[in-house]
Amino acid sequence: MSLPSDSQLTDTGLDLTGATGRILLLACGALAREILALKEANAWDHMDLTCLPANLHLYPDKIPDAVREAVSKHRQEYDDIFVVYADCGTGGMLQKTCQELGVEMVEGPHCYSFFEGNEAFAKVTEEEFGTFYLTDFLTRQFDAFVWKPMGLDRHPELRDMYFGNYTKLVYQSQTHDPALLAKARDCAERLKLPFEHRHTGYGDLKTVLEKL
Amino acid sequence: MSEEDDIILSELDDEELVQQMFDDLYDGLKEEIEEAVNILLERGWQPYDILTKALVGGMTIVGADFRDGILFVPEVLLAANAMKGGMFILKPLLAETGAPRVGKMVIGTVKGDIHDIGKNLVSMMMEGAGFEVVDLGINNAVEAYLEALENEKPDILGMSALLTTTMPYMKVVIDTLVEQGLRDDYIVLVGGAPLNEEFGKAIGADAYCRDAAVAVETAKDLVGRKHNQMNG
Repeated sequence: MSLPSDSQLTDTGLDLTGATGRILLLACGALAREILALKEANAWDHMDLTCLPANLHLYPDKIPDAVREAVSKHRQEYDDIFVVYADCGTGGMLQKTCQELGVEMVEGPHCYSFFEGNEAFAKVTEEEFGTFYLTDFLTRQFDAFVWKPMGLDRHPELRDMYFGNYTKLVYQSQTHDPALLAKARDCAERLKLPFEHRHTGYGDLKTVLEKL
Repeated sequence: MSEEDDIILSELDDEELVQQMFDDLYDGLKEEIEEAVNILLERGWQPYDILTKALVGGMTIVGADFRDGILFVPEVLLAANAMKGGMFILKPLLAETGAPRVGKMVIGTVKGDIHDIGKNLVSMMMEGAGFEVVDLGINNAVEAYLEALENEKPDILGMSALLTTTMPYMKVVIDTLVEQGLRDDYIVLVGGAPLNEEFGKAIGADAYCRDAAVAVETAKDLVGRKHNQMNG
């Protein structure tokens, strides 16, 4: 299937197209490319994908209701629905919603946790809690997700209020893309943070999905 | 030159100047706020009146528009920064002139968390409302909170967290207070983006405060009740 642009994934998500599977993956738009890459590489034809707009992350309290609505919309068409979100700043509310709906979701606090592997991430963050994370998607959408919503395009003087306590930026790459690596490095420079690159691949996202 | 640039603050009467300060706070104009504070001081205004009538009055409008989705975080931060400029001038004068004190608060972001924007806003608005605030900063372990409570003897303990992974630490602090028989000595307020009222109740806090304005109102209310109980 043809993939919408990153800005479409941010603002409108991904509509369900060509439904043929038994399982619906209801995911964040920020994970669309990664999930489709895994689906293709592993021939997971029993799964279909639909995505909510990635920019829901700017208002995490809206995520549980959006998931509830999407599950209700699609539940009759599938044997099972799997929610491809971590907690994502909902403070446990998404987990609660999924339990009420009788659907499973990905464990962990954020996508950058399950990309690294939740267990490894938990250990790392005990020491590195001043780290700002970017994934492939967040790097591509840095301006839409970070720079503009935080007003740094209009008021660069706010940088210290937002990032004064951060000690570094870690770019977790899912793919090997030199252009993206350069962009991530540039993001770190713009935020005036030391840069670190860790290639995580798909981490726990792959292991969770291959069990479905 | 815009019409805005033509305004000479010192030529405005008091009422006009306070209105202009509301506008300047809303627009995050720190230098203008500092200038206006100095003008009001020169005109003999009490520091406490400048704080409450001009600065807090202006920030209340900012807070309301943030809650209603008219203003967003960057604008609130700019407004807060402007208010901070005014507060910096007033703070030493408030101490000298014996401004009324509503209560005392120890506040800090919990262990493993470096986020302090919300906490700083709460600190500032609490100070504006007449509370003495002892800000412990970021990444506070339970020992740091206990030490500050012991030394400062506040009415309120405030804890902040931005991360789903760090917010459970608030329960560690509250459980330790319970274990040590100290829980009832303090009003415990919690806040932070991923928190909600249910979480606040579940961990045994007195209240969850969704923003700085709610924190101030809740603090005033609970401190008032506590004082009434003590006097009753």
